[in-house]
Amino acid sequence: MELTGAEIFVRCLKDEGVEYVFGYPGGAALHIYDALYKQEEVKHILVRHEQGATHAADGYARSTGKPGVVLVTSGPGVTNTVTGIATAYMDSIPLVVFSGQVATQLIGNDAFQEVDAVGITRPCVKHNILVKDVKDVATAVKKAFFIATTGRPGPVLVDLPKDVTAARCEYEYPKSVTMRSYSPVVKGHPGQIKRAVEMLLDAKRPMIYTGGGIVLGEASKSLTEFVQLLGYPITQTLMGLGSFPASDPLFVGMLGMHGTYEANMGMHECDVLLAVGARFDDRVTGDLKQFCPGARIIHVDVDPASISKNVPVEVPIVGSADSVLKEMIKLIKGAKQKPDKTALSAWWKKIDEWRGLKCMAYDRKSTLIKPQYVIEKLHELTLGDAFVTSDVGQHQMWAAQFYKFNKPRRWINSGGLGTMGFGLPAAIGVQLAHPDETVVCITGEASIQMCIQELSTAKQYDLPIKIVNLNNRYMGMVRQWQEFFYENRYSHSYMDALPDFNKLAEAYGHVGMRIEKPADVEGALKEALKMKDRLVFLDFITDQKENVYPMVAAGKGQHEMVMSPCLRDIDIERELA
Amino acid sequence: MRHVISILLENESGALSRVAGLFSARGYNIESLTVAPTEDPTLSRMTLVTSGSEEIIEQITKQLNKLVDVVKLMDLSEGPHLEREMMLIKVNAQGEAREEVKRLTDIFRGRIIDVTETTYVIELTGDGGKLDAFIQALGKSGIIEVVRSGPSGISRGERALRA
Repeated sequence: MELTGAEIFVRCLKDEGVEYVFGYPGGAALHIYDALYKQEEVKHILVRHEQGATHAADGYARSTGKPGVVLVTSGPGVTNTVTGIATAYMDSIPLVVFSGQVATQLIGNDAFQEVDAVGITRPCVKHNILVKDVKDVATAVKKAFFIATTGRPGPVLVDLPKDVTAARCEYEYPKSVTMRSYSPVVKGHPGQIKRAVEMLLDAKRPMIYTGGGIVLGEASKSLTEFVQLLGYPITQTLMGLGSFPASDPLFVGMLGMHGTYEANMGMHECDVLLAVGARFDDRVTGDLKQFCPGARIIHVDVDPASISKNVPVEVPIVGSADSVLKEMIKLIKGAKQKPDKTALSAWWKKIDEWRGLKCMAYDRKSTLIKPQYVIEKLHELTLGDAFVTSDVGQHQMWAAQFYKFNKPRRWINSGGLGTMGFGLPAAIGVQLAHPDETVVCITGEASIQMCIQELSTAKQYDLPIKIVNLNNRYMGMVRQWQEFFYENRYSHSYMDALPDFNKLAEAYGHVGMRIEKPADVEGALKEALKMKDRLVFLDFITDQKENVYPMVAAGKGQHEMVMSPCLRDIDIERELA
Repeated sequence: MRHVISILLENESGALSRVAGLFSARGYNIESLTVAPTEDPTLSRMTLVTSGSEEIIEQITKQLNKLVDVVKLMDLSEGPHLEREMMLIKVNAQGEAREEVKRLTDIFRGRIIDVTETTYVIELTGDGGKLDAFIQALGKSGIIEVVRSGPSGISRGERALRA
């Protein structure tokens, strides 16, 4: 039987096992919306802005490992997705975005709501496809999912002109797809893996540094086994948190600009560095000239272009993190040589000294609410088991520092692009995928306002997200940089004329709470977490001048950290005790 | 250093702009670029001339390989290879110059492919240096238009770039 392109498209989604499509209708997508209306398997989540659709699909993808699916119309529909697509691209998230397009005979004529979707998204997608014939719809959809989810994952856009979705042909969904121009490598080179293991076993001051690739490559179990087998210290990037349990003493915390003292010093002084699924981002390395000066570096990554891009590497291994780590475990177990115990215990002694500095200390006696305290309490009350999304800025760093993630896919944030407005829509996608889990969006009063309209989406689908708004009346990270590097000239970083978030939450049909005293923090969080069927907006009025410490200023070496001013007091306390 | 990269890519609309876009987005430089379909009409072959340090060239080839439309590529400069570029040049052919230009064309083994009372169009093929030398020999005053294709490259011997 012949189906229309729109019906074929929806059948493809069904056959691909798509559960949710996040979208917003419009003229060029109406055939597809009509086909969606006539079935029940693929559920459509109506957002309030297309950017929200991409972040929601992204949150769904990050928390499940399955691709997120977006459907929008042509023109402004697709331009509104660009921020979300770029967000997914930077963090290698499998996203498939379908956009309606004006009819093929109108393309290039400046038709109503026409935009060159393929052209506009080209620099921020893994691949994109304009479908010009109804016979190509099924193959294009299959290819899109295949490309988005394999190798180093990423967003793929498929542009569907209106006449293509109206035309008819027979439907057959391809079972598989082979492309001569695309075949990602999985297995690492055995010789290189052997060399890497020898180097690791020879190490006196080893360091393991892993990133988002462990989460994306489902390599968490292998990594944990690998690290525990060696007993080496491990640090993780912002994107990697949770893929090795933070409660394990081998974990020395996050590294980089706002990483721990012990992680950054460990990197600076290590003699062998193993990087897996991390990309030596500038926020991690600081000044490249001073990066890991004494280290021989091994780099495992599924994307060859990530290797030796910023930092020259001695042993490059192209392969998926899980497969390479499993091979390494086998070799280590079979090797006669064991890690050098004496050297290792001296190394750990040094690391523990650094650790003893307690670099994350903050003033616990303050009469103002300290943002760190809110997150510590949240961690305690949710037993470290919640799904936490965040926006971008100080609150994001505090969430990464103080919420100790023990499981992968629980920490969901825009690391690469740093997209403010990500947190709430991402939480929508996470909560839909995990209806019975606690989902918390840690945000600030600046970020939350960038996609606040999605409070309406959350109401429509009864999503009991808990929003922890760390309200310091500033774009905190901007203010911090202005304090440090622009002599306190707080140019346009003050948030004036803020809405009453309580009333705003209530206007959207949710519960609002305003918390102004440290003593009320725990009670408010408890109360909110008890409301299993309501979205609660917790507006914490926090210390305006709190900064994120430690900090490696941009362009400085990893070991050149600015420490919290309250560290000195803590030391005195310890001496007295 | 100058590198000549040969690329086999899907002959699809947009493939060329993916390559060009990659170069502009990452700040790599393109000296010249030629592209046309091959004996297999689903494939195009591109010869791209670029320059940069070894690290940059390594990144360029890795990033190109990452493009879904790129089937295969080869850095021709890594081995013995041939480069040929075609030039069409329109020159003033009046008075004394008429005979002189004809003579120069013969010396450079070019061909005159269009003749009017006042002009010639000359076709000349060779490596970039030869074309430069011809332009220099003609002198600026006589030249009306120059069209150069940019080099196409192929490796010598059995080394080959095939899908």
